[in-house]
Amino acid sequence: MTFNNAVAMTPKLIADHGLKADEYAKIVSLIGREPNLTELGIFSAMWNEHCSYKSSKKWLRTLPTSGPRVIQGPGENAGVVDIGDGQAVVFKMESHNHPSFIEPYQGAATGMGGILRDVFTMGARPIAAMNALRFGDPAHEKTRHLVSGVVAGIGGYANSFGVPTVGGEVDFDARYNGNILVNAFAAGLAEADKIFYSTARGVGLPVVYLGAKTGRDGVGGATMASAEFGDDIDEKRPTVQVGDPFTEKRLLEACLELMATGAVIAIQDMGAAGLTCSAVEMGAKGDLGIRLDLDQVPVREAEMTPYEMMLSESQERMLMVLHPEKEAEARAVFEKWELDFATVGTTTDDLRFRVFWRGAEVANLPIKDLGDEAPEYDRPWTKPTLPDALAETDIPQMDVADALLALLGSSALSSRRWVYEQYDTLIQGNSVQRPGGDAGVVRIEGHATKALAFTSDVTPRYCEADPYEGGKQAVAECWRNLTATGADPIAATDNLNFGNPERPEIMGQLVEAVRGIGDACRALEFPIVSGNVSLYNETNGRGILPTPTIGGVGLIPDWSRMARVGFAAEDECILLFGAPDWWGTHLGQSIYLKELFGRRDGRAPGVDLAHEKRVGDLVRALIREGIATAVHDLSDGGLAVGLAEMALASGIGAVVNQLDGGDPIPLFFGEDQGRYLVTMTRAAMEEFYEARYAEAGVFAPWIGVTGGTSLTLGEARPLALNALRSAHEGWFPAYMAGEVA
Amino acid sequence: MKAAIVVFPGLNRERDMIAAVTKISGTAPFVVWHQDTSLPDVDLIVIPGGFSYGDYLRAGAIAARSPLMQLIRERAESGVKVLGVCNGFQILTEAGLLPGVLMRNASLRFVCREVKLEVVNASTDFTRGYAEGQIIRCPVAHHDGNYFADADTLKALEDNDQVAFRYAEGTNPNGSLHDIAGVFNRTKTVLGLMPHPENLIEAAHGGTDGRALFSALLAA
Repeated sequence: MTFNNAVAMTPKLIADHGLKADEYAKIVSLIGREPNLTELGIFSAMWNEHCSYKSSKKWLRTLPTSGPRVIQGPGENAGVVDIGDGQAVVFKMESHNHPSFIEPYQGAATGMGGILRDVFTMGARPIAAMNALRFGDPAHEKTRHLVSGVVAGIGGYANSFGVPTVGGEVDFDARYNGNILVNAFAAGLAEADKIFYSTARGVGLPVVYLGAKTGRDGVGGATMASAEFGDDIDEKRPTVQVGDPFTEKRLLEACLELMATGAVIAIQDMGAAGLTCSAVEMGAKGDLGIRLDLDQVPVREAEMTPYEMMLSESQERMLMVLHPEKEAEARAVFEKWELDFATVGTTTDDLRFRVFWRGAEVANLPIKDLGDEAPEYDRPWTKPTLPDALAETDIPQMDVADALLALLGSSALSSRRWVYEQYDTLIQGNSVQRPGGDAGVVRIEGHATKALAFTSDVTPRYCEADPYEGGKQAVAECWRNLTATGADPIAATDNLNFGNPERPEIMGQLVEAVRGIGDACRALEFPIVSGNVSLYNETNGRGILPTPTIGGVGLIPDWSRMARVGFAAEDECILLFGAPDWWGTHLGQSIYLKELFGRRDGRAPGVDLAHEKRVGDLVRALIREGIATAVHDLSDGGLAVGLAEMALASGIGAVVNQLDGGDPIPLFFGEDQGRYLVTMTRAAMEEFYEARYAEAGVFAPWIGVTGGTSLTLGEARPLALNALRSAHEGWFPAYMAGEVA
Repeated sequence: MKAAIVVFPGLNRERDMIAAVTKISGTAPFVVWHQDTSLPDVDLIVIPGGFSYGDYLRAGAIAARSPLMQLIRERAESGVKVLGVCNGFQILTEAGLLPGVLMRNASLRFVCREVKLEVVNASTDFTRGYAEGQIIRCPVAHHDGNYFADADTLKALEDNDQVAFRYAEGTNPNGSLHDIAGVFNRTKTVLGLMPHPENLIEAAHGGTDGRALFSALLAA
């Protein structure tokens, strides 16, 4: 094979590597010469948006990332948070948007695989997964195929790997027609004093390659993920990796077994930009150089060039620095699991990243500069213009019962059962709340009462109308969903999905959303401990809705005292915690306007963070004291949809008619924030109003009573639960069968 | 009664099964790795669920041809009880220890949900904790659970009371013929079933309907 490493650096070659002219000039000045082809590839891998966060770093630094429970914030493979009893939860959310659009099954599968690897790389056994999915208009020709492939891909990987999928989101909007979003979350459990990090320590130690062999799949994937799509998209299919959950499962077991031997000094999974990124990161963090001998790398295909080996994104691979005296023991573990184990390099003290292939040096670069000197931009941005508020008289009318039926049977609010039944939601035997509620809850194995709650949230149409309030709302809704189970929200991960940051209005969305996220996280004491940024989600110049997905984790001291969404019994009182005087008022940017009238106008609802905290803390206390018998937060679709979901989850109806006069539309469909539906027995309610209410500082009117087999909203005709159920359960299967658009 | 749980690479419900056996019998089972060359002296061998060898060739096909399966076959022939759940059931049919095959679900999709099971034959060591005709709840989680056998085999199964469990009340999740969820061998010493009774044994699971299977087996 001939491999010409000394090709001429043409502007086209540089541009094909996603590098701008000034970025290339910086490379030349850093290394004092023109790079060779392998070196150009290495720089392109390290300096693309996906790996370097060059457009977002300035703003990400403003997020609160510490707190009394935080053991490790952003900057490692995943965040680590103390949950007491010597244990920690390790979690992160990451996007696999571009690959999933190009090849939905493998794109989504490897997204799941990547995030699971991030978690077990740190020494944690994965105990829960979620996924937040955004697809285009259901009527768009590609949507059904993408839904089908992405869901099967996530299930195919997570089910086989053996982690329960306990929550997530599925959403549709025409703005995702050309750029779907696949955000995958994983959480694992580790001993708090046995967390593994990527910082290499010690000179002359073996750098060991573990796991699957290196192939040509995914070469240049991180660069592809940092570009907009054009019409040549089908040509990018070969840059999508192929997942092998069977190998990943063995890699998990082998890594955990190996870590228990004490052999591991540093470990880094090979994700985006594979061998390059993992080796540079381990060395640079530890102030060490790394020398790699590519002839030792296990390869799937003969005649791979060093360029391909350095940029391959083959999955299920790890790089470790090991104690040399334990190398034999480590090798035995990997042989037991029939995985590759190869010493491919050593740590050095020269701070160089040197790569050898067939006796020749094919790259020799300053290792610190590859990461630390990556370009960082303060991109110009413009403050978003907010839409006008809805005029008070501008409330399109519809029969309340008809509207509820239509909403429950819409693409936006219908049951996601078709999706989550394709995920193994109960493997490991610890899922105490499965998808369909406010949050997934997983008990801690080996502990009598403790559990963790997981949810992921964002309302992109609010973020589009007002990125700042939308950013706040994403955090607040996540916090609220955790609270609604009785959990203490302890920390979050953010997955920021936006369009092209080189456009000032898109950059403005990012800046404002991050400001909103930061303000909400500070007010709610809910630090961001890990995250991921996905930019350039654009096709032919049109960006997605700004979508900063927030994945949250909460701690439940006693799961036998948690709350669920379904009404607990007949004849219980329904209270609306956090209600404004007229129970619901805000219709701007609501699902009611969007789904029933095709309108996307008005202001996004604002979030009063002090109120949010006050209401949430009260609801959580009532759950833990056993006073609240069922709890559901209110979000899309407002009070009507919240009540219907509680009724459908239990098979118990309700009558909610204790407010007369006035317009029922904002009352039942307004999306005012900071509200929960809470049920309690009549005796408990009387006790609550008498003893607690005066000092609560929260408006929590009694609005109705549970019972019967239908739902009655104000003056509207009663709706049989059967009718609600067939609307709610009907849309998704019918859509996927091609029976509705 | 002593139990062993067999682990092939890619199985992933062995921890659920170990937990169920331990919680119900009070004794942790032996765990046998697929490369082990002998089996401990036990009364019950369990092959749990998962994706042995990734299910890459055909669910259960590779594990069924492993050397350890030869040892399990010998034990089964000597009357040791063998239970296969989900992938374990697929492995047992692939190994010829149970009749029939498990094809891809009729929906062609993985399915994880709760179903109802009718206990068809309650007079075996596996099922005597239930009453004949009893309807129990049980979760399923599989991609290839669509039980198929030719007409003669089905007739023989029915005539010889080899159907252990049937999906009931219209909850057949996968298209299985005769709604078959679990079958015995002729001598009722080997049972394979697709549903996961090990995931419904305690309050945290939302029910305990799966418990009687293990308590009957492990009590002896």
